[in-house]
Amino acid sequence: MSQTETQYRNGPDVRGMFGAFGGRYVAETLMPLILDLNREYEIAKQDPAFLKELAYFQRDYVGRPSPLYFAERLTEHCGGAKIYLKREELNHTGAHKINNCIGQILLARRMGKKRIIAETGAGMHGVATATVAARFGLECVIYMGTTDIERQQANVFRMKLLGATVIPVVAGTGTLKDAMNEALRDWVTNVDSTFYLIGTVAGPHPYPAMVRDFQAVIGKETREQMQAQEGRLPDSLVACIGGGSNAMGLFHPFLDDTSVRIIGVEAAGHGIETGKHAASLNGGVPGVLHGNRTFLLQDNDGQIIDAHSISAGLDYPGIGPEHAWLHDIGRVEYTSVTDDEALTAFHQCCRLEGIIPALETAHALAEVFKRAPTLPKDHLMVVNLSGRGDKDMQTVMHHMDLSKQEKH
Amino acid sequence: MSRLQTRFADLKEQNRAALVTFITAGDPAYDTSLAILKGLPKAGADVIELGMPFTDPMADGPAIQLANIRALDAKQNLAKTLQMVREFRVEDTTTPLVLMGYYNPIHNYGVERFIAEARESGVDGLIVVDLPPEHNNELCDPAQEAGLDFIRLTTPTTDDNRLPTVLNGSSGFVYYVSVAGVTGAGAATIEHVKEAVTRLRRHTDLPISIGFGIRTPDQAAAIARVAEGVVVGSALIDQIANAQSADQAVSGVLKLCAELSEGVRKARVS
Repeated sequence: MSQTETQYRNGPDVRGMFGAFGGRYVAETLMPLILDLNREYEIAKQDPAFLKELAYFQRDYVGRPSPLYFAERLTEHCGGAKIYLKREELNHTGAHKINNCIGQILLARRMGKKRIIAETGAGMHGVATATVAARFGLECVIYMGTTDIERQQANVFRMKLLGATVIPVVAGTGTLKDAMNEALRDWVTNVDSTFYLIGTVAGPHPYPAMVRDFQAVIGKETREQMQAQEGRLPDSLVACIGGGSNAMGLFHPFLDDTSVRIIGVEAAGHGIETGKHAASLNGGVPGVLHGNRTFLLQDNDGQIIDAHSISAGLDYPGIGPEHAWLHDIGRVEYTSVTDDEALTAFHQCCRLEGIIPALETAHALAEVFKRAPTLPKDHLMVVNLSGRGDKDMQTVMHHMDLSKQEKH
Repeated sequence: MSRLQTRFADLKEQNRAALVTFITAGDPAYDTSLAILKGLPKAGADVIELGMPFTDPMADGPAIQLANIRALDAKQNLAKTLQMVREFRVEDTTTPLVLMGYYNPIHNYGVERFIAEARESGVDGLIVVDLPPEHNNELCDPAQEAGLDFIRLTTPTTDDNRLPTVLNGSSGFVYYVSVAGVTGAGAATIEHVKEAVTRLRRHTDLPISIGFGIRTPDQAAAIARVAEGVVVGSALIDQIANAQSADQAVSGVLKLCAELSEGVRKARVS
């Protein structure tokens, strides 16, 4: 199928639905705002001036394009597929998150908003938001669960350095879901002045589509870079999934290339069978939360269950609605990786490639360690190296101490 | 006529507004919550909103968030909430009762099953916070076909362009959220409320109830002069939060309800 025809890249429809998923399930106070945002975004994305400005900031501020790097030692170690890393961790602020933040902040400025709010789990989206808010001189408030504040102190400090106010959220388990609830409460209270800069491909329409569009630069570059380096498309793509923005950014430009096998990796925590995980597709059922219908971790009464993952960025009981749809129709394969598997992959990546990946990203790498050895040497595999692991030093140290104690 | 229509028509004849009370089902536990529910009509509640607990009440402030947590900790679920309504209806067949909450527990229960059991148990209407008119086909339309009223929230951000969309498919009454914010937040000025009611009147003949931030008999009286209904929630729920015992929770809520009712009843004569 040629790139001009599309089977998988039409969504969402006017109601924001990808098949049965997506939509706008929000309180009435927010509806006029969301419709406004949709209108503005539809205009902006076709406005050459907006696109030119976006391209400028992507190049000179974010540092794009990010390299597509042939991971020679990783490839040798696995002894199978030829592994390429899409180096999103080299972006300004150290992850893919800034791609979306730059896009949304330009939109916020266009809409005359003076105050930016965001939720954050691992803190990468919070840091990226605080960064662009500082760059454009806008007030910035970040909601972060107390559990996450505890395990991501370096990022909390970074946000404060950048001038943001970090508001601890005690409710629930003090993780990403609770931070998102609190950000929504802020938004309904400060509708006129405030722009809610959502960090992933979830939430009410148009967020899932808009965040995807801003992140799709990852996949578009990968296409061109792979053509230039290997003269053809990759055979498979691998990315980790919490809400799913880095994965959607890599996957979307390849959805219609049915020769490309696409694999999303969810966080299985202690193992899906234990119930302590964050794998919404592999261990959840469809429901409605945070503005969209998608797969959710919930109990038999429709109450949301707290997610668990060693990685704060994957610790969310839902997933972007477009992923839910791609799972439903079978275009993308969604698998999962445990905390322990991710930690092992984390260490191997450090030693083999001299790259310290984020624990989120380590989930994608763990899947690579499982798959690559079984594939032929001419199989081209791209992994989205979505973020760097500096923020995870504390967590990793803690786990190394624990495993030492267990050995004694 | 539905119970809601009958009640608002009767009150119009009496020239007074309705006191609409909100509590969360199962807060702090099933039996206490049922005792409160049963006592509300005698304490002067004209319409009852019964909250269906949810883990993630995005539009609610701290008081109702905590009420949800207490109820869920006490193992409240949708089946038990419907059972509470059945037990309430054994003694009271006239007070309109509206279930209020978020969509996911209903979605999980199954819309068809929920509507059938809500009808059978004596529920009169539904308020579902995160189901805007854009998703009417999912619950609003089938609920109304089954004879349940579907009550819409309108807010300060719902402008004249959007009001017809929101009111299309509304029945029972219109709930005006007088401040942009979460439940229990600061109150709107009476001037703002008057203006909003005048604007809503141009679009609907349904009774208008005002909520968010109303805590005292005086505030309730002021609103009762300009609208058909006064909704009080967080202030009643605070009585449960602050109670030292189940008995105190029941008496605290019912005492405040009686005071609010007096405020509402006196409003238009003074």
